[in-house]
Amino acid sequence: MKLHEFLPPVSQAVGCVGPNDWVVLSTRVRLARNLRSNLFPDRAKKNDRIRVCSIIRKEVEALPQMAGGFAESMESLSAVEKQTLVERHLISREHAMRGAGSALVLSKDTSLSVMINEEDHLRMQSLKPGMQLQEAWVAIDEVDTALSKTLDFAFSDEFGYLTACPTNVGTGIRVSAMLHLPGLVLAEQINRVIQAANELGLAVRGLYGEGTEALGNLFQVSNQRTLGQTEVEIIERVGKVVNNIIENEKNARGLLLQNNPKMVYNHIGRAYGILANAHSISSKETMNLLSLFRLGFDLGFFPGVQRSFIDELFMVTQPAHLQARFAGKLSAEERDIRRADMLREAFRNVERPSMPSDPTSSLDKT
Amino acid sequence: MICKQREARVHLTQIDQGKIKKVDLCEQCAKEKGVDDPTGYALADLLLNLGKPIEATRSTSTVSSCKSCGLTATDFKKSGRLGCPDCYATFKDILAGLLESMHRGTRHTGKRPGAGHPPVVASDQLTLLQQQLAEAIAVENYEEAARIRDRIKALKSADGRVLSA
Ligand SMILES: [Zn+2]
Ligand SMILES: [Zn+2]
Repeated sequence: MKLHEFLPPVSQAVGCVGPNDWVVLSTRVRLARNLRSNLFPDRAKKNDRIRVCSIIRKEVEALPQMAGGFAESMESLSAVEKQTLVERHLISREHAMRGAGSALVLSKDTSLSVMINEEDHLRMQSLKPGMQLQEAWVAIDEVDTALSKTLDFAFSDEFGYLTACPTNVGTGIRVSAMLHLPGLVLAEQINRVIQAANELGLAVRGLYGEGTEALGNLFQVSNQRTLGQTEVEIIERVGKVVNNIIENEKNARGLLLQNNPKMVYNHIGRAYGILANAHSISSKETMNLLSLFRLGFDLGFFPGVQRSFIDELFMVTQPAHLQARFAGKLSAEERDIRRADMLREAFRNVERPSMPSDPTSSLDKT
Repeated sequence: MICKQREARVHLTQIDQGKIKKVDLCEQCAKEKGVDDPTGYALADLLLNLGKPIEATRSTSTVSSCKSCGLTATDFKKSGRLGCPDCYATFKDILAGLLESMHRGTRHTGKRPGAGHPPVVASDQLTLLQQQLAEAIAVENYEEAARIRDRIKALKSADGRVLSA
């Protein structure tokens, strides 16, 4: 089966709801594992990578969780397909650059994704909509337990699960949440939040992880330490900080509306104007304006709109999704024109924002 | 809410004498109390509760390369990546300092293959408490430190029994 036949349509992928999804777009728990007595992927020769890959792939595909799923070698996927998977958060940017000897296995609903021979032999993740760290952990813990019965994982009593990079050793766990924080950005408090999270041992990154820009006011918060704490302790720590950030985002929006409603209205009104009327727009500008549109939705300024409509636009306006929709290779200029066409069409039935006379009345919505 | 007159807009999580307190303030009260910057404030409190990472102590290695994969100490220092699972034993000396600076401990306390999630064993619990004690002292939270010290004392007298904590 081809990837585009397998992947659920974007509308379905973003249509899922979860707790606190007005801030938390998704939560993810990822585990890193390696096979004993085998070199890590970047040190191994191609033949060894292919051998390890087929051993692991067989066991992963046999899991009941993967029934009706998708499995493919990375060399068989096109550049657009790989980038589409990155945009859906199903593989890392690093895995997208891999070829022979690396593979991907997805569960039918794509909530489980196993990367084989990324930086480690196995990188398995569970992705859930909204704030569902505990649920994501339970799902991936089950996959790991099942695989540990058939695969001999490299493990030491002292250091735990052994990984290619010592930053992942021990539990091998990476717990992360994707947060939409326009209020903290507009209130110019985001840097303080990032700093505080950093000091707590958490990393705050842009949309696509390490070294990426925080487009669309989207931030990924994750643990950096993996050794010396149990999985549950790490999840609780991340959960505590994320809940704190949610609270801060709520406060920031409240204060903005109380102190400077015109500034907020102006941003949202202009975002609507450009999204509904532009004839050429970059992916970056689109993300930033859609973020403001989403904030306007949260505040109740667009009563006729569904949140999934906005989240779908976030996804389909990104380069690979756009490229896949229009067969044939588009230049960057052509993409910007097609993107604007698509947005004008989508916004045809979106009514102009209606801002309430009492700015703080809209806060109970969130 | 403090004045109980206006709607609370600022919600703080404060850690006071080792207890977590939730405070709801209207904006005016928040300003009067000097906490009109809720973002920095609440997280800074969390920070105090959780403590800071411990400084690194690096040692030099006596081993030059891994028998299983051939990786050298220089390779590792350059790339930050190890070559195979055996590298952890080979470069134990170099890793010790690094792991201490990167993580919250140098000993795995989580899940094990086959065994699932272990009960908390007294000796691990002790290490954890000693670490918490050091952190509490570092941030000058002496009441918390005293509390932890009592728990360590109790644990030592329990002598190695499996705890349900
Ligand atoms: Zn008040
Ligand atoms: Zn090695």
